[in-house]
Amino acid sequence: MAPLIELHSWSALAPMLILALTGLALFVFDSINPRSTNRSALAGISTAGALASLGVAVWYIVAGVGDPARRGAFDLFGGQLIVDQMALFFMVVVAVVTAMVSIASYDYFLEHAYQAEYYSLMLLAATGMSTMAAANSLVTVFIALELASLPSFALVAILKTNRGSVEAGLKYFLIGALSSAIFVYGISLVYGATGYMQLDAIAANLEGAEGFSGLLGLGVVMLIGGFAYKTASVPFHFWAPEAYEGAPAPISAFLSSASKAAGFVIAFRVFATAFPIETMAGMGIDWTLAFVILSIVTMTIGNFAAATQENVKRMLAYSSVGHAGYALIGLAGLTGTGSNDVVLGAAMMHLLVYGFMNTGAFLFIALAEYWGVGRTFEDYNGLAKQAPMASAAMTIFMFSLAGIPPFGGFFSKYFLLTGAIDAGLLVVAVALVVNSALSLYYYSRLVKALWIEEPVLERDSLSQPTGLYVAIIFAAVMTVVILPGFGPVADTAIEAAAAVVP
Amino acid sequence: MMIETLIAVALVGALLTFVAPNKVAGKLAFAISLIPAALSLWMFTAFDGSGNALLDGQLAFESQMEWIQLGEYSISWFVGLDGISLPLVVLTTVLITLAIVSSWTPIDDRQSQFYGLLLFIEANLIGVFAALDFFLWFVFWEAVLIPMYLLIGVWGGPRRKYAAIKFFVYTNVASLVMFVAFISLVFGLGDSVTSFALPEIAAAMLEGGPGSFAGIAGSTLAAAVFIAMFLGFAVKVPVVPFHTWLPDAHVEAPTPASVLLAGVLLKMGTYALLRFNFTMFPDQVEAFAIPIAALAVISVIYGAMLALAQTDLKRIVAYSSVSSMGYVILGLVAYTQFGVGGATFQMVSHGLISGLMFMAVGVIYNATHTRMVTDMSGMADRMPIAVGVLIAGAFGYMGLPLMSGFAAEYFIFFGAFGSEMLEYAPAFTALAMFGIVIVAGYLLFAMQRTLFGPYRLETDYDVGRAPLHDVAPMFVLLALIIALGVAPELIFDMIKDAVDPILALGGGA
Repeated sequence: MAPLIELHSWSALAPMLILALTGLALFVFDSINPRSTNRSALAGISTAGALASLGVAVWYIVAGVGDPARRGAFDLFGGQLIVDQMALFFMVVVAVVTAMVSIASYDYFLEHAYQAEYYSLMLLAATGMSTMAAANSLVTVFIALELASLPSFALVAILKTNRGSVEAGLKYFLIGALSSAIFVYGISLVYGATGYMQLDAIAANLEGAEGFSGLLGLGVVMLIGGFAYKTASVPFHFWAPEAYEGAPAPISAFLSSASKAAGFVIAFRVFATAFPIETMAGMGIDWTLAFVILSIVTMTIGNFAAATQENVKRMLAYSSVGHAGYALIGLAGLTGTGSNDVVLGAAMMHLLVYGFMNTGAFLFIALAEYWGVGRTFEDYNGLAKQAPMASAAMTIFMFSLAGIPPFGGFFSKYFLLTGAIDAGLLVVAVALVVNSALSLYYYSRLVKALWIEEPVLERDSLSQPTGLYVAIIFAAVMTVVILPGFGPVADTAIEAAAAVVP
Repeated sequence: MMIETLIAVALVGALLTFVAPNKVAGKLAFAISLIPAALSLWMFTAFDGSGNALLDGQLAFESQMEWIQLGEYSISWFVGLDGISLPLVVLTTVLITLAIVSSWTPIDDRQSQFYGLLLFIEANLIGVFAALDFFLWFVFWEAVLIPMYLLIGVWGGPRRKYAAIKFFVYTNVASLVMFVAFISLVFGLGDSVTSFALPEIAAAMLEGGPGSFAGIAGSTLAAAVFIAMFLGFAVKVPVVPFHTWLPDAHVEAPTPASVLLAGVLLKMGTYALLRFNFTMFPDQVEAFAIPIAALAVISVIYGAMLALAQTDLKRIVAYSSVSSMGYVILGLVAYTQFGVGGATFQMVSHGLISGLMFMAVGVIYNATHTRMVTDMSGMADRMPIAVGVLIAGAFGYMGLPLMSGFAAEYFIFFGAFGSEMLEYAPAFTALAMFGIVIVAGYLLFAMQRTLFGPYRLETDYDVGRAPLHDVAPMFVLLALIIALGVAPELIFDMIKDAVDPILALGGGA
């Protein structure tokens, strides 16, 4: 069947372009109506833009854009950008997180001065993340990475009068600058060894780099460093707890879900496409081994650190480091044996589910900050008595993060487990099970605080901010409802992964 | 779509109840719970299946839908009922309705959440008994933990936090062991299995079992999986020495949660043992028959002895569950028609009787605010109806003829005595039968001291008759107990149909 309307190929980038245009529209709004505190309009525009981007991305996936069997992937600008199912999958993750955070910010930034700036920075960062999903050359990867990072630095520090926020922004910026430098140096080494920037061209010309395997290996290690920073993986994870704790909670949600997913998509694409493991192993560079080690170390350090926290936000920040370790299994499992598409697809599914459960959890923290209940586990005691719906949602997030059925987190973790076993990585599989069991301790601790403990202090009655509630309940519903729909999600993810895996 | 309807009504009802105001939550939950109860009773009368669900039996209310395709394995929504699972589904829906009514008096805080959780548990329990895909089954199995954890932790007694966490950790670790074992079994079965559907896995197991996996020989893997799964389920049952979470959980739990815990949750363990260990691994059952029978007899005797030593009325009933569930294990390992069938019958019967006992203890506690045998005396004068029901329940427990407990125990002993597979079967059975004496001992002992004699409880409020809605659920249970005692064939016929194919595997009869 011929398509009804034949669009120009750049329209394949629509999910990303819509985000960019919405960001610019907010600038226009701000210049017409400077210092506007019309929160409904600002949050509305931003949410509408994110939802439009989400809608288009979902439509493209359903319509088969990027599906090799149907429309095929779109190569744009001479292969600098590519829109395939994987790109669209992650555009969905970015857009849905952006939409939830936009709605939630409506209440959180009640008396904030720079409203328009806040929303437009967030949408520009989201644009960068969407571009990361589509980047197909080390140049566009780097540009997209910076486009996502620069607004994020400002967003973390946007509470100008809050010392913690400014300090977090500074730390985030300094480590970000350092890892950008490492990353770009890695790019130059890879370019020096192979003479190409485009990912498939690098893969095609690896034979020419036989004589420079040392150089290439160093370049790959530096690239891994850059990804580790963006995904908050060990050893570049130190910024994460600081930045997530200091940042306004909706921004913590945004960074730990959307930004992390975007970091993973470039890692998936760069390593699966540019450095096929068979060829690289022949040159003595086994990067899957690096990811095996990184994955185990990251999940273990993240979970142990999370278990010792007294501050709920820091606990979540460290748990998000742990989850980066789980998602890294997707790369560690690309060993060439076993079904590589399943393990990579499992990591993609985990990042999608994580987009709901982790965003929701941080938004609950935002709600608690909005109420002013404090930061430690004790401060959360007995919240369920006053806010049963939000607490029920948070319980869903916690058990889902811990990987308890019937929530989405159990499924994606289970798929990672089978993927790891199938790839022969029994050590990783064992580490995953042990870490999940450990994580139940600190996640259930929060559930216990909410439902079982009595409040330490008497609290006034709590208001019910609409925006935050909508976002949290939506995330909770999605964490549960994704289950019946897991079939199509799994199919899409595994097919998308199969197109990328050599 | 009947099973789906049952689950959906309970889930939607849970949500509605959760957001309803506290005042109406109890009545609303009761009204909603009547729908699954009525539907399941209709399903009981309309049941037209036969055979065993896992062994090519003809299932009732079956439905299967593709769900997730993951690499080579497919996961599907696959539910259906046979003669083993249907009585347990009916038990669940009926007990939930009665438990809701029995919570009207004691639960006076956060009612909407409490009743919402009860209905949520109902949906998952029905799922556990109806699911025929391992994955689906495991989802329901684990999902039961969350509401139970909260029911004990929020509405429980003084040591509720300790009890709730102990319950959660024990059963969750056990589930994890079982889960890992089963997944490695599926991997070990290799290409002969392409889905997680239990009938397919059972067929693959019976055709030859697992090949070598990760350097472990197939027969070793099968034995290891059998042991790991047995341990995983034994914690839930619970079998001595994995029973220590049970008295803590029971004593701290609010009455309706105790009713469900003893009435249905423990049956999840024995049901899973029957479905997995005793259906899929007939060779291993034969190899491990003696140790399993020994554990069963120890559970019977030791559980009864522990009950004998208690002075808390609720603890007595709690420990008595350990010995009653020991009978179930003994019946299963006998591997005869009356043994396995009687074990299934006992699951239902014990669900009714222990539910009744916990309700009766709960009513007495509501009135007197104590459960200590030493504090009470002469309750029969003050609360004649509740006490009458308690005595009837106790007789059911002791195995008075014409009550379901007698039929269940008779079937089990009859089946175990004639077991061909279990060596020294008569000796094991005789030892287990000694448990009846101890049961009668501690129940009569406790009742004589609490119920009869002069009234001497000193309170500054009036201890009087319980309201109708407290005793009505107990009468329903009593009616069911007597009905099953007088006419065991009401359910035993369908149980037999489902049990026979299992026995044909092991060469037993």
